[in-house]
Amino acid sequence: MALLGLLDREPSHGYDLKRDYDAYFGRGRPLPFGQVYATLARLARDGKTIAGEAEPGAGPDRKRYTITEMGRSEVEAWLGEPIPPEPYLQTELFVKVVLCLMLGRPADKYLDAQRAAHLRRMRELTDIKQQGKLVDALLADHGLFHLEADLRWIDLTAARLAALAEEVAS
Amino acid sequence: MNGTNDSSAVQVGGVIIEARDLVLSFGETPALQGACVSVKRGEVLAVMGPSGSGKSTLLHCLAGILVPDSGEVYFDGQRLDTMREAERSRLRRDRFGFVFQFGQLVPELTAEENVALPLLLGGARREEALHGARAWFERLELDGLERHRTGEMSGGQAQRVALARGLVAKPDVLFADEPTGSLDSLTGELVMSLLTRTAREEGTTVVLVTHEPRVAAYADREVIVRDGKVTLVEGALR
Repeated sequence: MALLGLLDREPSHGYDLKRDYDAYFGRGRPLPFGQVYATLARLARDGKTIAGEAEPGAGPDRKRYTITEMGRSEVEAWLGEPIPPEPYLQTELFVKVVLCLMLGRPADKYLDAQRAAHLRRMRELTDIKQQGKLVDALLADHGLFHLEADLRWIDLTAARLAALAEEVAS
Repeated sequence: MNGTNDSSAVQVGGVIIEARDLVLSFGETPALQGACVSVKRGEVLAVMGPSGSGKSTLLHCLAGILVPDSGEVYFDGQRLDTMREAERSRLRRDRFGFVFQFGQLVPELTAEENVALPLLLGGARREEALHGARAWFERLELDGLERHRTGEMSGGQAQRVALARGLVAKPDVLFADEPTGSLDSLTGELVMSLLTRTAREEGTTVVLVTHEPRVAAYADREVIVRDGKVTLVEGALR
């Protein structure tokens, strides 16, 4: 989904997408070329991108990919939709925020939706904690502390959105 | 026991407090800038937001402690912000309960005398008031502390005494401003658990100001105050 999101900026070659993915989201774990091309081929097959004519030259990277309306609305829906609040979601939260800023979509709305989803899950866990045994309470607390850590990050990010938007735009 | 799963809990009903377009500044500093919020009867509402966002000021306006520069506050159909101070003061005494971050117990009085205070102020006789107060000690797991003074209690115990004082006169609304702010995690959990459980048993509406998500998670829903405005959070009631 991150590749499709990057493609929503402008038509691109696989190489450019990989370079940008690695720069923004790779964090020392670059995306293998094979995976980039396999993903692009799958997206084209599913009608979310259109592969241009092969351009002259060597190597596999001779096609320019363009996102379709179907692909674009999928990105739009994905960016606004909170992910299921389980611990260790930081990476996906991060990808969504950066892509929102990159594509000029409302990152603050996404963060609000995510905050609401997190708080909803925290209420469920608090109910479990109050009704269950101590062992259940311990497990619920483990989840609650992790969700709270995410929420702190969400609040901090919301407070930094303007500065982040400038950095991503540059 | 919690929320709708508890058959003894009073069902959440119509609006008990409504604030419209509240604006309030302290000198040059704006605290509320068009805040709107509705509180439903019987619900536990968490008011969240970063420090300095205006959430405590909002609570003070809803409780008739502060009067907004403009905007309207309604409690149970009555306009609160245009009432005379004496009338608001009576309303606060008869219909509202309060719990603040630091229990604010009267150090010269025993725990049971502190709890009895709202009943005494409401005109009850001393013995009657103390009898009413004592009933709360068991409910809030404070048995045996009736004659203790503030200095002889832990922070968590003092805060539960303050909670008993907030609920003893059976208020329609309990206003709680960072009620666990001065407590460690475990004690804070106990206070929140008892606060929400007893409020739901009594059918008391709770307006809970907190910046801690784990405290807000005891509420039925939350609103967020940012820059003096209220952001509604889509959240189903339990």
